[in-house]
Amino acid sequence: MRNLFAFISGALFGGGLFISGMTDTAKVQGWLDVFGDWDPTLAFVMGGAMIPMAIAWWFTQGRKPALGGDFPERPEPKIGRNLVVGSVLFGMGWGLVGLCPGPSLASLSYGGPGHWLFVAAMIAGMIAAVPLRRMLPAT
Amino acid sequence: MIEQDWIWGFVGGLVIGTAGAVYLLINGRIMGASGIVGGLIDGTGMRTMWERVAFIAGVILAPIPLYPLYKSVDTHITGNLVAIVAAGLLVGIGTRMANGCTSGHGVCGMSRLSLRGIVATVFYILAGGMTMVIFKHVLGVI
Repeated sequence: MRNLFAFISGALFGGGLFISGMTDTAKVQGWLDVFGDWDPTLAFVMGGAMIPMAIAWWFTQGRKPALGGDFPERPEPKIGRNLVVGSVLFGMGWGLVGLCPGPSLASLSYGGPGHWLFVAAMIAGMIAAVPLRRMLPAT
Repeated sequence: MIEQDWIWGFVGGLVIGTAGAVYLLINGRIMGASGIVGGLIDGTGMRTMWERVAFIAGVILAPIPLYPLYKSVDTHITGNLVAIVAAGLLVGIGTRMANGCTSGHGVCGMSRLSLRGIVATVFYILAGGMTMVIFKHVLGVI
């Protein structure tokens, strides 16, 4: 059951990314490039995605997940070095090619070799992050 | 047409948000692409391995039946292989250090007004914008 709904959620995510145009690297870079021919699409995608998500968070109050367990606790509002440095590194990679983890997966079937190479490098980066995470304090 | 792009962006965004709502309300988990993949890679998420595999399979397979809706599915990815490898490494390391990416910190975090999600999103957008300035407008390599 959990796997079925994980698949449905993943399919909605992948389909939504495809429909929204967020697997098109030109649209993502166009949004980040405020000094170029600015493309506002990404803001509409983010705005659209926040609506069902905000309703879902509101709905979690005083309830349990449908398939049991507990909802993820609110993380402590601690801003550490890892969060900032990690996000800066991620943003640099995101800007350089115009892909982030979700769209890089959603575009695997049609993006071609460039997308396969990106995902392979991303996985290598995630492997490299393992010892890095162990060395740095969890902040 | 640009106007149509906004509408499709918004509709696609609603579908993405619905995906996050399903994963949260039914499975009780936060829909973060880098976390779902990363947990399989570093072994921290092996207890929920099949749930993660099923999610990733859905993400990869869903666009296939949607191709006919579009005249072209060109992703305009750069042909610069060095940039692709460097970007992939940065995204992989960065999202695991920061514990989240555009979906986890952005969509799921900001919608619950999480301070960490908002701060992460501000920093990766600023870094992405700076990267565009440096590599496109100053160096002219992308």
